[in-house]
Amino acid sequence: MLIEDEPNIAEAIRFLLNRDGWQVTTLGDGGVAEAEVRARRPDLVILDLMLPGRSGLEILQALRADPATAALPVMMLTAKGQGRDREAAERAGANLFMAKPFSNTEFVAAARSLLGTG
Amino acid sequence: MPLSALTGSRVRERRLALGLRQADVAKAAGISAAYLNLIEHGRRRVTGDVLVRLASVLGIEAAELEQGSEGALAEILRAAATAEPEAAAELERIEEFIGRYPGWARLAGGLQRRIGQLEQAVAALNDRIAHDPHLSLSLHEVLSAVSSVRSTAAILAETEDIEPEWRARFHANLHHDSERLATGAEALVAYLDGSDRAETPGAVSPQEEFDDWLAARGWHLPELEQPGGEVDLSPLASAAARALAAVWVARMRADVVALPLNRLESALAECGPDPVLIGARSGAGVLVAMRRLALRLGSGLGLVIADAAGALVFRKPVPGFVPPRFGAACALWPLFEALARPMLPVLAEIEMAGRRRARFAARAWGEASWPAGFGGAEVRQAAMLLSPVPDATGPVRRVGATCRICPEPACPARREAPIVSEATGLRG
Repeated sequence: MLIEDEPNIAEAIRFLLNRDGWQVTTLGDGGVAEAEVRARRPDLVILDLMLPGRSGLEILQALRADPATAALPVMMLTAKGQGRDREAAERAGANLFMAKPFSNTEFVAAARSLLGTG
Repeated sequence: MPLSALTGSRVRERRLALGLRQADVAKAAGISAAYLNLIEHGRRRVTGDVLVRLASVLGIEAAELEQGSEGALAEILRAAATAEPEAAAELERIEEFIGRYPGWARLAGGLQRRIGQLEQAVAALNDRIAHDPHLSLSLHEVLSAVSSVRSTAAILAETEDIEPEWRARFHANLHHDSERLATGAEALVAYLDGSDRAETPGAVSPQEEFDDWLAARGWHLPELEQPGGEVDLSPLASAAARALAAVWVARMRADVVALPLNRLESALAECGPDPVLIGARSGAGVLVAMRRLALRLGSGLGLVIADAAGALVFRKPVPGFVPPRFGAACALWPLFEALARPMLPVLAEIEMAGRRRARFAARAWGEASWPAGFGGAEVRQAAMLLSPVPDATGPVRRVGATCRICPEPACPARREAPIVSEATGLRG
């Protein structure tokens, strides 16, 4: 599941992952993200740090606090220059960080590595 | 007793520097022009009350008229010594130092002043870079667009068998993102261009440049007392300071129309210097009366004006009361009570913490206005008028200028540790 509010970035990621054989659900709003994750039980969550509705950091903290989702692999998308937020997300238990702008090959490789299929 | 001849010539120098006529200054100080002439030429000693009134008319500290700039220099050297206690500067010999090495003393004082300005400028710049929402928003916008462009372009370049509809979509996305990038980059360039425009060395902000200009004019613009009078703004170097001054000139012009000098003077004679009474009597309103009282020729009153966020938008100091140039003012000022409770006159006697312990009767008044009418934003403003109270002994509220330079030991409203301390016992 991809939670990213920039539609063009979301579209590009969706295309890349589809081509790589993934099924991708995208969400543009942080407010409903947690409930959607619980309902759909994805294998991997790709979470943007800055989201409308609710920040990626808050969503991550909520997921980690619940035993049902505590072990879910989470990749955080950060922008360069968000050093402080990134540290907080690291403490909150993000599995991997991808800094924007990223290379497509690295992105797909990172997603695979989180599922142990890389 | 200092040589009266020197004091007299300082009065003359200062008056000429302000471009004021002997007759006007004498009238404002309540002495005859002939007497002022004698003082200026060193034929009469000027002391006590007359000295204080003359100093106030000339917008200068009485001590500076009496002792020349040496008093002010000693003050700043003391501040330098406090800031660097390890140097163990011989404070008890400060007068001797200034007397024997006047050039070196001026240099040290000038450096100390410059350090203060630069420290403030550095703090302001750091603050801007770390917390400027405009800058971080522009950067985020550009970075998001770049991410999207990079991924999309790579897909187009590397996917050989891409479906035509996807290709069209990604082309459209690229086009859209490139427009966003152009706008974002333009905004960034405009922002960075505007921020490094140090047009006036010394003064770091347009507000300060404006303050310095008005102070040099003696806080009074006589041109505006006559209908159609124009004020020359060309001495202000930066466009931003000229814009501030133009707004101020327009306000003063409106104040003169609302409360002309002759009506101000008759109201003063009738009700005394109470802005609530003068404002009601003249129909001009309290804030207009406060500005007119503080800014007429030779007024010895201080005035500070704050907006709803508590930021000082106007600062006229009086000896013993120097409002901060940077950062927030003392939270205990009656000004902020008036800001919180509009239309309620606040009267308090205050004493400034510090060595001088100057006392003032503070009169504060706040008002709200709705420039866009019903449904528009509320604009709140408060002003505080300060009249020196030389020998007050009654109960008093101890306040400061701003926390960083306030030595008050047990202040309930302190928000920042002081960099000075009253206990250092520093006396020249």
